[in-house]
Amino acid sequence: MAKMHVSTNINGEPEEFLCEPNETMLDVLRDRLNLTGSKEGCGSGDCGACSIMLDDTLVCSCLMLGAEAEGANIKTIEGMADGLTLHPLQQKFLETAALQCGICTPGMLVAAKALLDENPEPTETEVRFWLAGNLCRCTGYDKIVRAVLDTAEEIRGKAQ
Amino acid sequence: MSKTNNKWIGERTIRPDGADKVTGRASFAADTTMPGMVWGSVLRSPHPHANIVNIDTTKAASLPGVKAIVTSKDIVDFPLDTPAPLGIQDMRWMTRNIMAREKVLFHGHPVAAVAATSEEIATEACKLIEVTYEILPWVIELEEAIKPEAPILHNTIEFEGKPSNIAGTLEHKKGDVDAGFLKADTVIERSFTTRPVHQGYIEPHACLVSVAADGKATIWSSSQGQFMVRAMTSMLTGIQQSDIRAIPAEIGGGFGGKTIVYLEPIATVLAQKSGHPVKMVMSREDVMRATGPTSGSMSKVKIGAKKDGTIISVQGTFYLQAGCLPGSPIRGAAGCAFAPYNIPNVHSQGYDVVSNRSKVAAYRAPGAPIGAYAVESVLDEIAEAVGIDPLELRLKNAAREGTKTAHGPVYPRIGFAETLEAAIEHPHNKVTLGNFQGRGVASGFWFNAGGESSAQVNITEDGNVVVTTGHPDVGGSRASIANITAELLGIDYQRVSVLIGDTATIGYSNLTGGSRVLFASGIAVTNSTEKVIKTLRERAAIIWDIDPDAVIWEEGEARPAGPNAGMFEPLKLEELADRATETGGPIGAGAQLNTTGAEGGFATHMCDVEVDIELGIVRILRYTSFQDVGRAVHPSYVEGQMQGGVAQGIGWALNEEYIYNKDGIVDNPGFLDYRMPVCSDLPMLDTVMIEVPNPKHPQGVRGVGEVPLVPPLAAIRNAIYNALGIRFYSLPMSPPVVLEALEISQAAE
Repeated sequence: MAKMHVSTNINGEPEEFLCEPNETMLDVLRDRLNLTGSKEGCGSGDCGACSIMLDDTLVCSCLMLGAEAEGANIKTIEGMADGLTLHPLQQKFLETAALQCGICTPGMLVAAKALLDENPEPTETEVRFWLAGNLCRCTGYDKIVRAVLDTAEEIRGKAQ
Repeated sequence: MSKTNNKWIGERTIRPDGADKVTGRASFAADTTMPGMVWGSVLRSPHPHANIVNIDTTKAASLPGVKAIVTSKDIVDFPLDTPAPLGIQDMRWMTRNIMAREKVLFHGHPVAAVAATSEEIATEACKLIEVTYEILPWVIELEEAIKPEAPILHNTIEFEGKPSNIAGTLEHKKGDVDAGFLKADTVIERSFTTRPVHQGYIEPHACLVSVAADGKATIWSSSQGQFMVRAMTSMLTGIQQSDIRAIPAEIGGGFGGKTIVYLEPIATVLAQKSGHPVKMVMSREDVMRATGPTSGSMSKVKIGAKKDGTIISVQGTFYLQAGCLPGSPIRGAAGCAFAPYNIPNVHSQGYDVVSNRSKVAAYRAPGAPIGAYAVESVLDEIAEAVGIDPLELRLKNAAREGTKTAHGPVYPRIGFAETLEAAIEHPHNKVTLGNFQGRGVASGFWFNAGGESSAQVNITEDGNVVVTTGHPDVGGSRASIANITAELLGIDYQRVSVLIGDTATIGYSNLTGGSRVLFASGIAVTNSTEKVIKTLRERAAIIWDIDPDAVIWEEGEARPAGPNAGMFEPLKLEELADRATETGGPIGAGAQLNTTGAEGGFATHMCDVEVDIELGIVRILRYTSFQDVGRAVHPSYVEGQMQGGVAQGIGWALNEEYIYNKDGIVDNPGFLDYRMPVCSDLPMLDTVMIEVPNPKHPQGVRGVGEVPLVPPLAAIRNAIYNALGIRFYSLPMSPPVVLEALEISQAAE
């Protein structure tokens, strides 16, 4: 099969790559672009460890083809911090021990940011249902949910 | 949190590995690559049980891009009739687990492996390997496997003089149970079953192996023990340990499931044969079919109590599924089941049963949740029968300092009774429940472990500290080590870096398992840091020209011990580091110890459920765990262990199970159908940490990681009874099971 040429934008930078027509975006990110922050936990869209933003939509990059990135704006965990300044969610996850092993953390953070961008004042229930597509086996989700709620409050406080 | 306060034990500091983990930079097993790297893929058995008659790799070898093929002929054999122990494992089983030898023993059993220039070619080549099988009768379920007419997996294994699938037994005895039951006013005997459940780590097994032209191997992999990886790879490939460097990647969850190897020896041989570095990554389906899980079980428990609730005699029989090769955690089931209680007469037996399923691996307090599920369920019925509150019943019979256990030890100071007292008094216990809501409690015990641990504490030239330990960090142990080191040295924790060494850079350290890590490495780090402090005092003594005994170490600096020692300005760590060369050279110390005194962990859990009687769904309304944590060196990560264990217990109790089809094949090898708890399934998980310091540890540490998975199964089961008046005797209590029970119960009314 001939490889496809894809022009896209990743974390604010123009990017070009060649990929197989059947190659997932997750494999492109990890194996071609060396962006290994997105993780493969299942390859079937059930665990959310590969969560990225495709334009304004939260997607599992294992369920997306690399070719679909053509002309799109992609955001991955690697683009979440501003240089060495962490996003408030990243900082809160650290301060509140909202990660143990850390394998689900990139996807969890990408998903949580997508929630707060859309809904700055989520309830606990809204956080829980939004993150229901991101499996974590270590934490029991307690500290993750608290971190997201606390960050939302903090961001709202700063905005006022 | 105060950055100037130099008391670090008990502080919720930021973990040393945190920044990399929230930015995607942390390197997990599948994140490493090398120039010239090729990909390995495994051919797995399509049958649950068959003799391997022949393997023809000719066609596969001729596929362009294929670099090497491995079968069991390339892996070191350990004959079936000669035990080959390595820790709690036996290499006879390990060699057959990573690659089938005489026969395939489960669907998904590795039969061969290929290295090729791409993952696709490697997978394609696997399909071209022609394996001739002689299909054998198979048996999946425990109750079938122990029947006399069951297909036998291993002819070399005998029980009561005959070939059998019962591969091992274990027995604990104390007193005379028969005499004890005669003295009891109430005797209740019940049978229980549980299903095998997977550890469910989100990171699949993965490794990258490079074998150099001089034969030396470097392994990057995700495991709970780089030294275990080195030892097993050495034994299975024949490469001596000094020629293998096992580098621990960040580990994406293990829970016991990464205490053995699956891929590393295969990748090593593929790398040897191909001359290329080889990367292997399991799919989730591979993980579900061929790694873990923990045992399913069949148990019978009999408890006899006096009218006042005094438990006088107990008997437990626990049959555990080992999977296809021996080694189920019967010690955890039979040993921990009655261990929270002071009972005069105990008889506990475990049976290790093989069948045609993937070999079990450790899972968080291996075996203990199975034992506790049965015992804590019967205790709930005893409490009801004698008319005592279930927490009061447990408190009345609680083991305390001096209690002699059936499994051997006499307890030192323990905090089990405190967990019960805290539960009785907790506001959770006073919340009023509504219709179809119920409250359940249960307790649990886990042995905890010590064992080998190494550490090195070095003072940098600018007066800061680098600590290296040898246990992979699964849940924040580096943060706790930083707290301990900062506390002992009297410096800010941000001046302490903590790293996990590889097998070439730190001394032997046992697995991350048995809740041993902070207990054991805490001792090794304390020992090393105390040596460093002694050196620092000596260096100050040289500078001041006084006796080292006249120098004390306080708040990060050397001070004269008193007016008689002389009037000297204190010397800070930075100053002593700066003058290290002139006073005797670099400052640092290590320790390599076999630690003892881990002492057991105890927990009591309280759970409120609500049952949706239309759908059969059991929802957890509130959950509080009470645990004797010894000393919470980093409270957030102790709470995290408690919450994580509870969540896994909720999954085990309510949903998780392998579903086998009529052909002996797992039908739900993925996260969609193997239903682990998701965020919306759970409430906040409250924790009450009770600190009864372990008298045998410098910081009072007790292992905290495993006991949180011991009580949940029975706590939830007892809560459902309280909600519905229906007692369940098997897991999982999934919606169809609950619905069926509700229908039967309604029909009876």
